[in-house]
This record gives sequence, structure tokens and C-alpha cells, in this order.
Amino acid sequence: MKRILSALAAGMIFGTGIAISGMGNPAKVLNFFDPFGTWDPSLAFVMGGALLTAALGYRLLFGRRQTPLFDTKFHLPTARTIDAKLVGGSALFGIGWGIAGFCPGGAVPALGFAPWPTALFLIAMGGGILFARWLQGIPRRQTA
Amino acid sequence: MTTFTPYASLFGGVLIGLAAVILMAFNGRIAGMTAMLGGLLEPQHPDAPWRIAFLAGAIAAPFVATLLGAEFSFASPTTGAVLALGGVIVGVGVTYASGCTSGHGVCGIARLSPRSIVATATFMATTFATVTIIRHGFGG
Repeated sequence: MKRILSALAAGMIFGTGIAISGMGNPAKVLNFFDPFGTWDPSLAFVMGGALLTAALGYRLLFGRRQTPLFDTKFHLPTARTIDAKLVGGSALFGIGWGIAGFCPGGAVPALGFAPWPTALFLIAMGGGILFARWLQGIPRRQTA
Repeated sequence: MTTFTPYASLFGGVLIGLAAVILMAFNGRIAGMTAMLGGLLEPQHPDAPWRIAFLAGAIAAPFVATLLGAEFSFASPTTGAVLALGGVIVGVGVTYASGCTSGHGVCGIARLSPRSIVATATFMATTFATVTIIRHGFGG
């Protein structure tokens, strides 16, 4: 129960951050990637703020504690190989992000303030995830 | 056109980073949206309950904020068919990449994970290329 409540709180902060930052606004996202057109550099500030906070917070956390508060260990991804799956998957993800203007972390909170057409994107994305899992034979892979 | 919002975007970004630190401090987990969505698709998985709780919180917070009068700018400049096409491609891509902007771009780079640095550099590049080709054609 404790883990569920802390995840709920983290999710609420995450969703609020996405909504305030503009990361859940496809028009804003697409304009970030259009420096030769209607450029909006805001997303650099989102990524910068998120990265600095996470890097600093992780550093402080891992320096002070051997374990998290509600679990016996930190579950950090153990995969090390840089393979075609990682690079090809990432390349494909970027193409989809550039087409729709939504990434998963942007779209999920956007469902809360712009249900349509966000739901359409999320349903299609769910279909893509299921299709890829089917192609992979549904191995239980650790996600980053 | 969208308005340049450096302060709101920076503040929102700090909240995203804070959420990642909180989830690591309490649950010892990476705040990656690709992994969270796995919770919905594998409801029997032992991690499903807290992953679904994270998703619920991420949707509920901006929803409640709008009920209380907050306004978040939103515009989707594409048609429904294009949005759906992008959705399918994103779904396939993040599954093979085992992560997206939150998992690789924020949490992974914050840990200086070489995999996440490669993943993020790759998807930032292909997103840029895709937007440039769609908006300006192959001539740039």
C-alpha cells in the first residue's frame, strides 16, 4: 500500500510537471524540433530542468542511502549492450514523435486536460506496444 | 505558433525530475512511462499496482487542476489519422528501445547510462529529421 501511495504521489507531480511544462502539447513539442520554422525553444528548459533535478537528486540519494524507503533495493536497469534493438527502436520512436508531437510521458498526463485527441494517440500507441510485444514473442524485458 | 515559456517549462521540468527522484527514493524505481504502461498490459505482474497508481496520478493531477480552473495550452496540429499513425510508430519504437523520453531521456541520462545517452541522441535526431522533412521537405 505504501508503494502504491508513493507512486501515486510521484505520478501526480510528474503529470503536473508535464502539463505546466508544455511537454503534453504537441504543437509546442513539434515547434521545438523546427528551428528553421516556428521555433519554440521551451522544451530545452523542460529537459534541462528535469535532467538537472534528477541527476542532482539521484546523486544525493545514492550517496546517502543503500536502499529506498519502501523497498529492499534500488531497481536499476542492468542492460549494458548498445544493440540494433535499442538504436532502431529509438530511431523509430523519434519518427513517431515527430509525426504526432506526442511522446508517452507527454501523452498520458495530456489525457487529463485534453482527452481528445489524446485518447486516439494513446489507443494507437497501445496497439503499437502490443504489436511489438507480439513480434518479440512477449519476453519479459526490463524497461529503462 | 506557440509562445516561448522558459519559466513555466523550467518549473515543469523540475517537477518531472522531482517525481523521478521521489519514485527512486521511496520505491527504488525508474520513472519511465514505457515501463508504467507495461503495468496496464500485464495486470498480473507484481509491479502492476504501483505502476497503474503512477499512471492514475499522472492523469488525475492535471485533470483536477483543470476542474479547479487551471488552463494548460494544448493544440494538436495533425489530423486524427496522422496522430494514430504516429501513435503506432511510437508504441513499436519505445517497446524495442525499452524506454522513451522519461525513462531514457531523464532518468537514464541522469544516471549517465550509456544506453540511455545513445537512445536519447538517436530519438532526438530522428524526431528533428522527421519534423524538418514534414514541414520543409527533403530540401531542408
